[in-house]
Amino acid sequence: MKDIILILFCTIGTLAILFASIGILRMPDFFLRLSVTVKASTLGVGFLLAAAAMVFPEVFVTTKAIAIGFFLLLTTPVAAHMIGRVSYVSGIALWKGTQLDELDGMYDEEHNLKSDHATENFKARENS
Amino acid sequence: MIKQFLMNLLLAFIWVALTGALYYSNFLFGFLIGFAILWVMNRAEEDKRYFTRVPKTIYLIFYFLYEMIKANIQVAYDVITPKYFFKPGIVRYPMSARTDLEINLLSTVISLTPGTLILDISEDKKTLYIHVMYLKDKRSFIKQMKNGIERRLLEILR
Repeated sequence: MKDIILILFCTIGTLAILFASIGILRMPDFFLRLSVTVKASTLGVGFLLAAAAMVFPEVFVTTKAIAIGFFLLLTTPVAAHMIGRVSYVSGIALWKGTQLDELDGMYDEEHNLKSDHATENFKARENS
Repeated sequence: MIKQFLMNLLLAFIWVALTGALYYSNFLFGFLIGFAILWVMNRAEEDKRYFTRVPKTIYLIFYFLYEMIKANIQVAYDVITPKYFFKPGIVRYPMSARTDLEINLLSTVISLTPGTLILDISEDKKTLYIHVMYLKDKRSFIKQMKNGIERRLLEILR
C-alpha cells in the first residue's frame, strides 16, 4: 500500500516538472511561460518532498520536508509576481491571441498603478 | 480564539507525552481529541468562532488542493497536445480583501492556482491585475473567484 502511494507521488511529481519544462519550450509568450512554470514546479517539488518524507521515517527528514514545502509556498508567488510585474513594465509584448489587456495604460510615469479607469485611453477602448 | 488554539495545542502535546510516541499522526490524533474536548467544554461560551474556523480551514486546504490538481491537469493537457486551447488575458479584479494579511493570502492562493497569475496590485490596495490563461468571459471569471476562493478565505479570516 505504502509502495503504491510512493510510486503515485513520485510519478505525479516528475510528470508535473516534465510538463513544466515542456511548457517553457512550447508557450507562445513570456507570461504564459511564467504561468505554466511556477505552479507546475511547485506542485511537482511538493509531491516529491511528500514522497521523500514517506520513504525515510526519521523525524528530521519530515520536518525538513515540511519546512522546504512551506518556504516554497511562501516565496514562489512573490517571485512570480515580481518577475511578471517587471516584465510587463519593461514592455514585453503579449501573445497576439490575447483576448483582453486591462492593465494597458494604467501605470503613470512613476510606475504607480491606478485602480479605476480614469484614463481616457481606457474609456476609448471600452467604447469601441 | 488564540487562547482556544493554544489550549488545543497544549492538549495535543499532553496526549503525545502520555502516549510517548512522537509521530505526526499521533500529534494530529491528539489535536483532534483536544478539539473535541474543548468543543464539549465551551458549549456555553459565547465566542464559538474557533470551532467553525478549524473545519473551514481544513475544508479550504482540500478545496484548494482539488482545484490545483484539476487545473494542473488541464494545463498539462494543453502543453502536450499540439493545438493551443487557451485564451489569455489580463483581468482587473476588484477584491473585497482589505488588510495586508488578507491580500497576501489571497494573492498567494491565486498565484498558486494554475492558469492565474498576479501581475500587480494597485497602489490603493483595491484591485488586483490577474493574468488568466483560460478567459471565457470576464464577468463569469470574476464571479467565480469571488464566490469560490475569496469568500471561503475571508470567512476564515474575519
